[in-house]
Amino acid sequence: MKYLDEFRGGPLARRLAAEIRAAATRPWTLMEVCGGQTHSILRYGLHQLLPREVELVHGPGCPVCVTPLELIDKALAIAARPEVIFCSFGDMLRVPGSGKDLFRVRAEGGDVRVVYSPLDALKLAQRHPDREVVFFGIGFETTGPANAMAVRLAKQQGVRNFSMLVSQVMAPPAMEAVLAAPGNRVQAFLAAGHVCAVMGCAAYPPLAQRYGVPVVVTGFEPADLLSGILRAVRQLERGEAFVENAYERAVRWEGNPEARRVLAEVFEVTDRSWRGIGVIPRSGWRLAAAYREFDAEVRFDVGRLQTQESPLCHSGAVLQGALKPPQCPAFGRECTPRTPLGATMVSSEGACAAYYRYGDFVPAGSVAASA
Amino acid sequence: MCLAIPGRVIEIYEASGVRMGKADFGGVTKEICLAYLPELQAGEYTLVHAGFAISRLDGETARETLRTLEELGQAGEERDDEVSG
Repeated sequence: MKYLDEFRGGPLARRLAAEIRAAATRPWTLMEVCGGQTHSILRYGLHQLLPREVELVHGPGCPVCVTPLELIDKALAIAARPEVIFCSFGDMLRVPGSGKDLFRVRAEGGDVRVVYSPLDALKLAQRHPDREVVFFGIGFETTGPANAMAVRLAKQQGVRNFSMLVSQVMAPPAMEAVLAAPGNRVQAFLAAGHVCAVMGCAAYPPLAQRYGVPVVVTGFEPADLLSGILRAVRQLERGEAFVENAYERAVRWEGNPEARRVLAEVFEVTDRSWRGIGVIPRSGWRLAAAYREFDAEVRFDVGRLQTQESPLCHSGAVLQGALKPPQCPAFGRECTPRTPLGATMVSSEGACAAYYRYGDFVPAGSVAASA
Repeated sequence: MCLAIPGRVIEIYEASGVRMGKADFGGVTKEICLAYLPELQAGEYTLVHAGFAISRLDGETARETLRTLEELGQAGEERDDEVSG
């Protein structure tokens, strides 16, 4: 496909990797923020092309992974109600809540449906005026415009039986939380290209200056990722820390102004709890007052929920780049994509799922590891 | 989740007051919402995420990036030859 294939060539990737090897004279730790980038890196084996000096750690940019357990449990409770059609992106269905997942709710008779776009959920609501249609509006800034438009149209068109369970989070506050955490090792970021396509780059210069870290806006294809890494390594080697755009064909400095305008109208900034990480101040969005009537948390009182996380799951440390998935004792043993303990093993962007699928790992404690 | 796929806009129309259209993704046609790219024309490429066009893909910039990368890559290849040679 155009704009994909030409950035995927093996020879170009190998030559860029050689350039990175030439540039890196000291050890550097880089974090790719987006889980989509993590999957590309493992899928194409890009980490194996890098010199020993350059280590990639994987960031928190997986919306499915960071959606808090309490909200998943709320989704499960709402989806089980007989009047509800519960719609979600496919990734969310297998994410473990405290007791079950959305697949289980569906098997028990709940009307749970996978949709491709929040507008599909809105159409369902129009087709079924006698039912309550709830969309699980999870996502980073990339998905925000789609979710915002669905709510905005619901209000404009008077679709009162539509609501959204909102779990919208933002990348820059999470990146700052990584940098501010004790023991942080991250020295440069590959910022999430599609987040920047929407929001632009203005949030990053303060981060680069305050913490002295290069921030390189990076795409998702092998040549994009390697050129992002190369630019970050060159900045680090020169002792520089500024914001660079290595994904210029898709990202303008100001982002998408129309999308940002609608985001600012429909959502307002709020503190958000991140699964495995905890509360990060002003790190997400909720529906603004004018749209609050479409908030599923307001519409459905599910009471107080007692959440319970698996004691074996270390996804919080994985999401903050403190632990590589194969270093988790449960990885590939108690925890597999068929029996996930945490969302990072489920999502198509989760680091644990990426290592399980593409990684040349050896589970801790196995015969090979002890040999 | 933040996966966004490049598609070529083949048709633009209005539905219930919203700018919509059809895009071709390597042979697969899908309806997309174009509300966030009011300037986008049929024939142009856009990144599509969750059914929404979020960013126009700039062909000239893409070609420039590839040229720059190829140049960089050539330097890398020479270096590679040095290492292996």
